[in-house]
Amino acid sequence: MTYSQAVLTGDRLALARLLTQVENNTPDGRTALIELFPHTGRAHLIGVTGAPGTGKSSLVNQLALYYRKVENKRVAIVAVDPSSPFTGGAVLGDRVRMRDLSGDPNVFIRSMATRGSLGGLAQSTANMVQVFDAAGFDIIIIETVGAGQSEVDVARLAHTTLVVEAPGLGDDIQAIKAGILEIADILVINKADRPGVENTEKALKSMLDLAHPTERVFQHHGSAMRTIAPKQDSSATLMWIPPIQKTVALESKGIVELAESIGRHVNHLRQSGDWAVRERARLEVELEALIRETLVNQFHEDVSQEKYDETLENVIQRKFSPWEAVKMLLNGRSK
Amino acid sequence: MTEKKIRVLVAKPGLDGHDRGAKVVARALRDAGMEVIYTGLRQTPEMIAEAALQEDVDVVGLSILSGAHMALTPRVMELLKANGQTHVKVFIGGIIPDEDLLRLKEMGVAGVFGPGASTEDIIHDVQTAVAG
Repeated sequence: MTYSQAVLTGDRLALARLLTQVENNTPDGRTALIELFPHTGRAHLIGVTGAPGTGKSSLVNQLALYYRKVENKRVAIVAVDPSSPFTGGAVLGDRVRMRDLSGDPNVFIRSMATRGSLGGLAQSTANMVQVFDAAGFDIIIIETVGAGQSEVDVARLAHTTLVVEAPGLGDDIQAIKAGILEIADILVINKADRPGVENTEKALKSMLDLAHPTERVFQHHGSAMRTIAPKQDSSATLMWIPPIQKTVALESKGIVELAESIGRHVNHLRQSGDWAVRERARLEVELEALIRETLVNQFHEDVSQEKYDETLENVIQRKFSPWEAVKMLLNGRSK
Repeated sequence: MTEKKIRVLVAKPGLDGHDRGAKVVARALRDAGMEVIYTGLRQTPEMIAEAALQEDVDVVGLSILSGAHMALTPRVMELLKANGQTHVKVFIGGIIPDEDLLRLKEMGVAGVFGPGASTEDIIHDVQTAVAG
């Protein structure tokens, strides 16, 4: 039985092994991704991001418990932690906060290291999510690395992005900067039993009040996106204003309200047509990245290393510029 | 882009609450370029086997200081086997009396590290076990 067949029948060991193949970008992994693709597009992808120590993992733990116990959904979690830039090694510690989910066959947690990616996710995170989607998980929660200000890749992947804050992490100037707060569909103030929660809430609120309700999909994808969104009907004038939810994950406080808020966001996406817009934008980014990767690989296959080294040497000696070099290499492709 | 990383689960089964050693080892394996999944204290053998499965690890490292290694280790090995993870190498760290060493080896444990074991040795043995 192939990987994809085994995964579709619910084989957990095959699922775990396929995730490794996909993470390592092996030929087997790629074959399975192709076979599984028709089965994807059903799951609700929830991104969870925020600074280190805001309680993302604990919150993911609580949300997953809620979806299991209250909504009886199958839940997959992809938890990303950073790789060392020097050794390539990593300590993946998100499971420490997720022990409540142990023993439930309808929960599957997978930790992964960024392996050099800088946007808060690993390069293969989107592909791993596709495998979970095809395997029939209803909810896939993607937890990013502890993110600073510009790790915003998760918003390109997820349908609903939660940005987790905690009291005492910054003043209101942080709240008006561009970047991570902008990608929030829902703002979560975790550890809301801590002093300073009023100030955090006030700062976030005033940021939201200042925000002009523009088309969020465009803010979402920044300059990297050139997608022309399909024109939305007039109902889309109902803009989604990110709500602020206060939680204390360790005491399970505010989780029901947060889940309800996520539910409202899904309804909004469906009714406004934003779901389709995001789906389209996401797949376009993926397609672009694949085209780039394939072309580069093809280029390296076509152009001999010798020729490449010789050209590089010429560039180093200032005989011609990198721009000219590219032209020559592309024109002179053997075959 | 294709890279194969050694994935290691470092787990603390049983009831003793001392995880300094486990953390030192996790950090050392990280610095050797491995991806270490750390699961925290007071894990049952069932939790460990489940995490090993989901994470598709090559190695499981058990840190046991409570003296319960002869009860916990066979259970973890049994569960790994039941899940089809026969290729996973199991290492033990902790205070293990000499008379238990042979029996642990017979169970299929790949290596045992006591107090004073150097992290270089641990890294070397883990790498060798996975390669072999």
